[in-house]
Amino acid sequence: MKTLAPASEAELAEIVAKTSEPLRVIGGGTRPIGVPVNAQPLTTSGLSGVELYEPGALTLVVKAGTPVAEVERTLAAEGQRLAFEPMDHRGLLATTGEPTIGGVFAANVSGPRRIQCGAARDFLLGVRFVDGQGQVIRNGGRVMKNVTGYDIVKLMAGSYGTLGVLTELSLKVLPKSHATGTVLIEGLADAQAVRALSRALASPYEVTGAAHLQRGADGTPVTMVRIEGFENSVAYRAGELKKILSAFGEVKIETDPERTSAEWRSVRDVEVFHGRDGDIWRLSVKPSDAPVIVSRLNGAEAVYDWGGGLVWLLVPQSSNATEIRAAVAKTGGHATLIRGNRAAGVFQPLAPAVAALHDGLRARFDPRGILNPGLMGRAA
Amino acid sequence: MEMPAPNPAILARKADLVEKLQSIMPRDAVIHEPAETRAYECDGLTAYKCPPLAVVLPASTQEVSDALRICHEMGVPVVPRGSGTSLAGGALPTEDSVILGVARLNDVLETDYDNRFIRVQTGRTNLSVTGAVEEDGFFYAPDPSSQLACAIAGNIAMNSGGAHCLKYGVTTNNLMGVTMVLMDGTVTEIGGAFLDAEGLDILGLLCGSEGQLGVVTEATLRILHKPEGARPVLMGFNSSEVAGQCVSDIIKAGVLPVAIEFMDRPCIRATEDFAGAGYPDCEALLIVEVEGSDAEIDEQLETIMEIARGHDPVELRQSESEEESKRIWLGRKSAFGAMGQINDYMCLDGTIPVSQLPYVLRRTEELSKDFGLDVANVFHAGDGNMHPLILFDANKPGDLETCEALGAEILKLCVEVGGCLTGEHGVGIEKRDLMLHQYDPADLEIQMAVKDVFDPKWLLNPAKVFPLASSDARRIAAE
Ligand SMILES: Cc1cc2nc3c(=O)[nH]c(=O)nc-3n(C[C@H](O)[C@H](O)[C@H](O)COP(=O)(O)OP(=O)(O)OC[C@H]3O[C@@H](n4cnc5c(N)ncnc54)[C@H](O)[C@@H]3O)c2cc1C
Repeated sequence: MKTLAPASEAELAEIVAKTSEPLRVIGGGTRPIGVPVNAQPLTTSGLSGVELYEPGALTLVVKAGTPVAEVERTLAAEGQRLAFEPMDHRGLLATTGEPTIGGVFAANVSGPRRIQCGAARDFLLGVRFVDGQGQVIRNGGRVMKNVTGYDIVKLMAGSYGTLGVLTELSLKVLPKSHATGTVLIEGLADAQAVRALSRALASPYEVTGAAHLQRGADGTPVTMVRIEGFENSVAYRAGELKKILSAFGEVKIETDPERTSAEWRSVRDVEVFHGRDGDIWRLSVKPSDAPVIVSRLNGAEAVYDWGGGLVWLLVPQSSNATEIRAAVAKTGGHATLIRGNRAAGVFQPLAPAVAALHDGLRARFDPRGILNPGLMGRAA
Repeated sequence: MEMPAPNPAILARKADLVEKLQSIMPRDAVIHEPAETRAYECDGLTAYKCPPLAVVLPASTQEVSDALRICHEMGVPVVPRGSGTSLAGGALPTEDSVILGVARLNDVLETDYDNRFIRVQTGRTNLSVTGAVEEDGFFYAPDPSSQLACAIAGNIAMNSGGAHCLKYGVTTNNLMGVTMVLMDGTVTEIGGAFLDAEGLDILGLLCGSEGQLGVVTEATLRILHKPEGARPVLMGFNSSEVAGQCVSDIIKAGVLPVAIEFMDRPCIRATEDFAGAGYPDCEALLIVEVEGSDAEIDEQLETIMEIARGHDPVELRQSESEEESKRIWLGRKSAFGAMGQINDYMCLDGTIPVSQLPYVLRRTEELSKDFGLDVANVFHAGDGNMHPLILFDANKPGDLETCEALGAEILKLCVEVGGCLTGEHGVGIEKRDLMLHQYDPADLEIQMAVKDVFDPKWLLNPAKVFPLASSDARRIAAE
């Protein structure tokens, strides 16, 4: 099927209004998350470019098809960044292409810093999108605080293109930090590691990353805590954290910019699982429940981020999804099948009353059911 | 401000309604005598008053659900209420509505420091949430100036912010889960003690929905460890424009203060009389606060004060003690109260891009002259959330109307420069009729369609947020 590639929002709106075919909305196509959709492909790649950038107001307005790399370059030139640290899914999902900023928000993709500063959705100030009837809708704006009417902005973040096709986004950006430090402990078992991360996160030292890898670079477990800021402040806080964490094992401090940035990129992109066979799941749970859940699942390997609250699981291919979902449902949280046989359902099934709200919203935003139909469908 | 006429059929069934409500909760939890319902006739927007048909004060999620189901069956509108401090008329009843107050739902249900959350019933006040975890070194970050009185319920419904949200975000950034009862009595659970609730972002939608989508009875909130220390610096300038420029330069420099607050001369004078915070008498004052260890604070303040020096301040003073810091904040936090002592005032809440501060302040001054009413400014400058206070005399015929007209002009100005009508107080009835200045009809239509999903009969707080003419068809269809 030929991919539709509108060059403007107006053209996109017309396509959607006139189509009688369902559409599969694509940004860069690097994040095939959700139940696969068999429909006419439509890419936002023609909607690209920065519309407005005010570093002094920490705001950026950008078209949805703009490559993430271009956004990051623009911001870096002013010493700023996307603070929520969006993950690059290409390594994990073996995809190619250029991730777009629209895709980041459509999937609400955040990285390790989410634990401290919030998720992608927390940085989205305003949207323009084309709904399922081809109408252009605006919500939010380009200011930091806005409670004028309902927050449809948040609803669009993480809706995977099922409520509308994003065309323009206003973002809050933040200054880059001057220095980074990683406090490391090797050899901890999962439960101990999560306890250590909790101690660090419950300190006043503004931890901006808290992860545990069952197998670090040399195969031994490594528990990592990140702090960022001015150089002296990083050194001070690393020292204080070292005191707190010494009870758990020998503590090392890493401040080399290249090595710290490689370490956290590895956590962000779940590099340990790149190129490995098996299904990949993403769990959001209460941190202290995480090691318990993992230990209940046979043959599961885990990468813990967000102090344990985010678990990346590698399990043998076609592992029992019901078992994983049940383990999560028991303690609270949700499990998403990121890689594996997605046809059987991807997202955590919702309680009937909440599912009814989802269905109702979808019916209002996309009455004909033509935008990524079934992508967020309920698991069987 | 117009409100829809009460439905006579509902008024006629008052006795029946009261009896039904009394059958599901203790008698003292159902208030229906006119002398007593009067206590619920308005919220913080005191210019508008109307006693409700009845008031219910449920003590459990089950009672909330039962009360809503009864009202739903009888077609009676319900206005949820927390502490009634809304400045937008969000909790203003109509004569034919039931006020559902959550004040009796005020327990702490769970505190968990390892996982850094607290679960509370939503009638609990904002400050007492922090109060519950403070001794252990934790706090709940969003800090509206009304925090002593306002409830988490209202904070969620209005997506409230505070002085420190420049760093910590507003309510929506700190809410992890809720128990919400829909108008038909259905109880739902969204999110919980984990990040990024499942499915579509219903939590995000709920924050700021002004009690129109569901009644929130419980909330899981993120708590944080208190910083080691915090210290404000006071800066005085001879012009508001220069102060505005200084704000922008601080933000650009890469230091992220927890708060940047702005006051102009009328506000400075009023609060100085009231709180004695030692503010300099100048055109514009900034309070900039940073956090960390002593050494970290020194380092950040050094950068910030260096920037300020470049703007020729008339005063530049770091707080020297805990005591002094408290006084500096007392001045800011009591600004509304202080103004209230000397005048009637209306508090606006538009947000603008920070880069437009100087222009908007200048235009506001011109408008103030045109309308013949003084305007004082006190606001969260770091995120462009303005609070112009229009001073008027409630006893002088026509003054309130002039004040509202000036208010509308200032808010339109905010929209014109790329901002919005309200940054944290909400639309309520106050800004309802200005919504079409910010949004096109299609933009409002999809918002109303969201309400259709949660409350198909339009019974929950129906006459708010949307211009009455826009929501008429839906409200009338519901009757
Ligand atoms: C002096 C003063 C200073 C203020 N300062 C600030 C400030 O700094 N920042 C700020 O953001 N606001 C501020 N406000 C405004 C106000 O305090 C906030 O909007 C607050 O969140 C309202 O809380 P409340 O419990 O009083 O809610 P109410 O006034 O009772 O209700 C507000 C809205 O919430 C809805 N609601 C109430 N309970 C529920 C529920 N259980 N479920 C669903 N909806 C519900 C109501 O229907 C209404 O629409 C200030 C107000 C005053 C008077």
